[in-house]
Amino acid sequence: MVFDSLSSNEAFARSAVAAFVMQLDPTIGEIGDIKTAVSEAVTNCVVHAYHGITGKIRLNVRFTSDHIVIIRISDKGCGIEDIHKAMEPLYTTSPEEDRAGLGFAVMQSFCDSVNVRSVPGRGTTVTLKKKLSPRYPNA
Amino acid sequence: MKSKMNGSELTLYVTGEIDHHNARRIRETADGLIQQKHPTLLNLNFSGVSFMDSSGIGLIMGRYRTMKLYGGRLKVTEIPKGLRRMMELSGLSGLDVLERGFDENECN
Repeated sequence: MVFDSLSSNEAFARSAVAAFVMQLDPTIGEIGDIKTAVSEAVTNCVVHAYHGITGKIRLNVRFTSDHIVIIRISDKGCGIEDIHKAMEPLYTTSPEEDRAGLGFAVMQSFCDSVNVRSVPGRGTTVTLKKKLSPRYPNA
Repeated sequence: MKSKMNGSELTLYVTGEIDHHNARRIRETADGLIQQKHPTLLNLNFSGVSFMDSSGIGLIMGRYRTMKLYGGRLKVTEIPKGLRRMMELSGLSGLDVLERGFDENECN
């Protein structure tokens, strides 16, 4: 889905992903983890990508046959000059807005893998992967 | 947002989902009340919080700084189980703002 980079869409994005993932019968904890990670990634796009101008955020969700959920969130905004620096816990470029600088740290903690690809001036794509626990291990 | 003044202690009942969008409204309410009432203790009651991303951590750290500036203290109480991982990850436990007992119960 594609939506505007407005802060009101942060709830829309994480709720839409959670609703889609429900068909895999996730645990409450897993749904919470996914919602949190999506919220972080989308908030990054809203806060940083377009510098006060409203741009578009694209979000794709799919899953594999072994219940790995793959979520891709991308923007065509300013891009990230130094991805390593951006991913450091507590690093933030906007402390005045009470940003904790924990976005990527949270994504990494709540997902199995986080991949960031970015081209300055072209945009950023974050890919989150999370393996859901098998619900019926003896089946 | 409901609030309660008890002597010099102010309790704010934070409800709903704390994300970047909602944090602004909560921050403005909290800071307005702090400036108006100068509490010695700000108690953020989180029992009604159903979701929180790292914006909630920013919100807590910001209010911690504001209360310190006024010579007061901050406590975050009745933290729902679902928010524990986020709180642990934030390093907030080192600031002694999370309700006592939070670190001991069922975290491991």
